[in-house]
Amino acid sequence: MSQLLKERVCARAHPCAGPLASLAKWITGANTRWIDCPAEPRQRIYFANHTSHLDFVALWAALPEPIRARTRPVAAREYWVRNAVRSYLATNVFQSVLISRTDTAGRNLLSPLLDELERGSSLILFPEGTRGNGDEVAEFKAGLYHLLHFKPEIEAVPVYLENLNRILPKGEFLPVPLLSRVTFGPPIRPQAGEPKSEFLDRARRALCRLKDL
Amino acid sequence: MTWLFGLTIAFLIAGTVAGQILKRRMRSDAAQATVANLNRRIGAWWVLCLVFGAALALGNGAVIALFGLFSFLALREFITLTPTNRGDHRSLFWSFFLFTPLQYFLVWIQWYGMFSILIPVYAFLYIPTRTAIAGDSSHFLERTAKIHWGLMISTYCLSHAPALLTLNIPGYAGQNAKLLFYFLLVVQLSDVLQYACGKLLGRTPIAPLISPNKTWEGFLGGIALATAVGAALYGVTPFRPWQAAALSLLITLMGFAGGLTMSAIKRDHGVKDYGTIITGHGGVLDRIDSLCFSAPIFFHLTRYFFAV
Repeated sequence: MSQLLKERVCARAHPCAGPLASLAKWITGANTRWIDCPAEPRQRIYFANHTSHLDFVALWAALPEPIRARTRPVAAREYWVRNAVRSYLATNVFQSVLISRTDTAGRNLLSPLLDELERGSSLILFPEGTRGNGDEVAEFKAGLYHLLHFKPEIEAVPVYLENLNRILPKGEFLPVPLLSRVTFGPPIRPQAGEPKSEFLDRARRALCRLKDL
Repeated sequence: MTWLFGLTIAFLIAGTVAGQILKRRMRSDAAQATVANLNRRIGAWWVLCLVFGAALALGNGAVIALFGLFSFLALREFITLTPTNRGDHRSLFWSFFLFTPLQYFLVWIQWYGMFSILIPVYAFLYIPTRTAIAGDSSHFLERTAKIHWGLMISTYCLSHAPALLTLNIPGYAGQNAKLLFYFLLVVQLSDVLQYACGKLLGRTPIAPLISPNKTWEGFLGGIALATAVGAALYGVTPFRPWQAAALSLLITLMGFAGGLTMSAIKRDHGVKDYGTIITGHGGVLDRIDSLCFSAPIFFHLTRYFFAV
């Protein structure tokens, strides 16, 4: 019973979520494109390049409301629990899954994410692990592969975030209000017997390809 | 005044209805695109009318703030199209959040001496200094020039339109809103008429490498018709008929120059860099490029020859 109740609560958006998403879209001037990827509420892992603190919010806001309500961004606990406002936003409004970057055993790190997938949620993941300078997308960490390996029925959707590093670059705290773009690309899945490194490389190329479309 | 406003609204309603009918009738892609372009222009005209509605209802402060918002959005588009790098971040921040609001604040308090040099002098010296402090010397002059140029066009030039409200013209006190409306009407009408004449009669492109859609036929037809309308409406201005005609001719020519210059910039940067990013959010700069070029000229000539 309590499990059921929890699920119903999870699927409902926070009253601030809608207005906050609209505000985020206006501030980042985001133009959203879905290329060979229908915007429908199926279970997915959205993975994106990471250059700015705004990435998380920009991608979350770009999702249509019914999809957003069932999607949980994966974020670094160290950053989001630093003060009460951030912590409240992360857990209640964005409904994110906070994981610790300093955890050692890889399998334990993923278990909260697997629980979420088990519950039927979609995830937003930044497989580079940290923010880059915007020039190049770094090598992916293995988490994306492991999650898809455990739940082979889920598809992974590449999302290319453009210009957010110019709006709020690494190391700056004041944003410059430029226009940005969020591009969703065709979903991918690991093929039977595909080695980890090959899949991660393929996923990275699928993401980078969206820049030129 | 009221009849001028009422007439414009009547034309707009007719235009909107015609645009919607055409949208349903047109089959080919090219015709669809032309009608879509026309409907966007009609949309811009509605905005222009709301500006004026606001002027009547809320007073000068509201109009100045609205133009400030247009400047902000235009600068946003301009800088998005212009490649800048990390070292420009702080200069850009102050361009958006200090210089742009301050410029419009100076219009509001009618401090002409400062309003006319804030961006040409103070921002001009501040931007390269801040960029130098950031410590990245690559393409230094190019980067600072681009930021300053964006600020000059989007903020400085455009702010001369609402500044018309602050002029003290003998025998015309309390009627400056009419002058602003007249200016917007003539310049925007010239844009539409150049476009329409170009579509109907256009054969000979003026600068085919920059904008294949701008033709001599469209240019001459649009400028002549808009000047004629500007001259006919002399009654709402402080000008004599020949003065209204001369000023209309000048601002429509400046409007053309604005459209052509911005096309050249878009061709150079936008189309190959961030052109597609703008879809859906852009278009402010496209609609106001002609105003940016004509506003300072119209403001200064009116100020020198008619104001005290």
